[in-house]
Amino acid sequence: MAPGTAAPDAASPGPHAALEAQIDQWRGYVRRREAISAADVDEMEDHLRERVEDLRATGLDDDEAFLVAVKRMGTLDDLSREFAQEHSERLWKQLVLVGEQPGRTRSWRELAVVLGLAAGAGVATKIATSVLDEDVVALNAALLVLPFLTAYLAWKRQVTARVVGALVVPFVALGLVLNLYPFEPTGSTLVLAVLAAPAVVWAVVGVAYVGGRWRSDARRMDFVRFTGELAVYYTLIAIGGGVLLGLTTVTFSLAGVDLEPYLDTWILPLCVPAALIVAAWLVEAKQNVVENIAPVLTRVFTPLTLVMLLAAFVVLATAGDLADVDRELLILMDAILVLVLCLLLYSVSARDPLAPPSFFDGLQVLLVVAALAVDAVALTAMLTRIAEFGLSPNKTAALGLNLLLLVHLAWSAVLATAFLRGRRPLADLVAWQTRFLPAYAGWAVLVAVVFPPVFGFV
Amino acid sequence: MRIDKDLVAASATPLVLGILADGESYGYAILKRVDELSGGRMQWTDGMLYPLLHRLERLGLVEASWGTSDVGRRRKHYAITAAGREALVERQAQWDVVAHALQQVWRSAQDGLQNPPRVAEGWA
Repeated sequence: MAPGTAAPDAASPGPHAALEAQIDQWRGYVRRREAISAADVDEMEDHLRERVEDLRATGLDDDEAFLVAVKRMGTLDDLSREFAQEHSERLWKQLVLVGEQPGRTRSWRELAVVLGLAAGAGVATKIATSVLDEDVVALNAALLVLPFLTAYLAWKRQVTARVVGALVVPFVALGLVLNLYPFEPTGSTLVLAVLAAPAVVWAVVGVAYVGGRWRSDARRMDFVRFTGELAVYYTLIAIGGGVLLGLTTVTFSLAGVDLEPYLDTWILPLCVPAALIVAAWLVEAKQNVVENIAPVLTRVFTPLTLVMLLAAFVVLATAGDLADVDRELLILMDAILVLVLCLLLYSVSARDPLAPPSFFDGLQVLLVVAALAVDAVALTAMLTRIAEFGLSPNKTAALGLNLLLLVHLAWSAVLATAFLRGRRPLADLVAWQTRFLPAYAGWAVLVAVVFPPVFGFV
Repeated sequence: MRIDKDLVAASATPLVLGILADGESYGYAILKRVDELSGGRMQWTDGMLYPLLHRLERLGLVEASWGTSDVGRRRKHYAITAAGREALVERQAQWDVVAHALQQVWRSAQDGLQNPPRVAEGWA
């Protein structure tokens, strides 16, 4: 704090009290702009003071010099727009609040839209669960719920007709493909399609979230943040809802009313999908409340995961014969790599791009390297097994995902190391994170759409 | 004469990198240098320099460090990096091409003023 107030007294004692007050006031105005950080204000104040001194040297008095200097600095609106463009991560929490200022009518209308869409998602799921087989519902789960989320985001972003087309076509195409394929009822391609379809649909949600501007790295990173915060919110709502339901059930049972039959048939099909839409609305409306939760969680879990990985490495490396491990190991490895990737992604997404490399960045590189080492051991074991028994749909899907994760993490490790050694800016690492994401959507499309016919729907 | 805003914006990055190539500097000093170099004809809005410097920092073209001024104020200093020097060479080559093309255009425009155009015939 000292630089702003204490130091100038040495240079300009008493007589310039009015000027000091003016500069203080100016600081206050600038500081209120969210896009301009305290350090930026310090930097600009230094500039302002030099300008004032130079102007005074040409014969202006304090007042005149201050006015000219402030005028030359530029209007606050223009300045904060420029800063916002350069430091969009600072504005992440503000996006919605700015949009809401024009009036309260929009937020009421938004609430109505959200509740309508949430009810729609709930009713669609309820109808599907009471009319269709369990398998068919599972296959279509994402298609039942996420179009409502997509509709909300598309409405909120006021997307163009072309983007609406780009959103509708994948939903229709995926729906047709999944429901027209003659899946074997217990086949593994069916299970794979059930697992891959949500990933495909989530990519479509992403297109709606970024308002069709999916080529922008920054917007894709915003979608990553949105996904993380949505998961946090959804978990909180689910826990709260669970507690509430439990209390209600117990209270009802005291009165001799058994709520449990309604739980599976009515309450869960209606509430679980609806909660997702509400969670998305909360993330959009109240970003600033939990904006730091995902990054904080990564800070807590990065060291813990590192310890877990080192233990896993020791166990796997000393286990001797891994030849009879099954595809479960591969799937487990995928899960671990996804976890490591999420830790990396969320700490990178929240990191101040201008801060110098820190201890935590080093820890993160260690984490990625440990994950790669564990994966290398598991992959070697799996490859010998695949060579022996051939590729099943499950193994191919898991192996493909594993290779994607491997490429993603390995190059991240290279970029992060280069950043630590000051060879490359953090921006390269951030850009790589978001640029690789579409590859996962592509793989999910392959698994959901191409695998079933290739493996004969078994 | 005032320089067009777009032109000022386009030349800002090579100017700043070029000034920093001479040695470490800070915001106000960079602006004063621009003022000197252009004889006061290139007027920047002072504040706009900072988002630009931060962008160059993010791209790894300059490095920033906090120091103190003579009177003890906190001051952020900027120095060009190896990547920044590469970018400067690249920009310089681009501007040379532009300047060369413009010079030719000016020359032919001047010729055109001296000898009235016969373009219309050519088209007819």
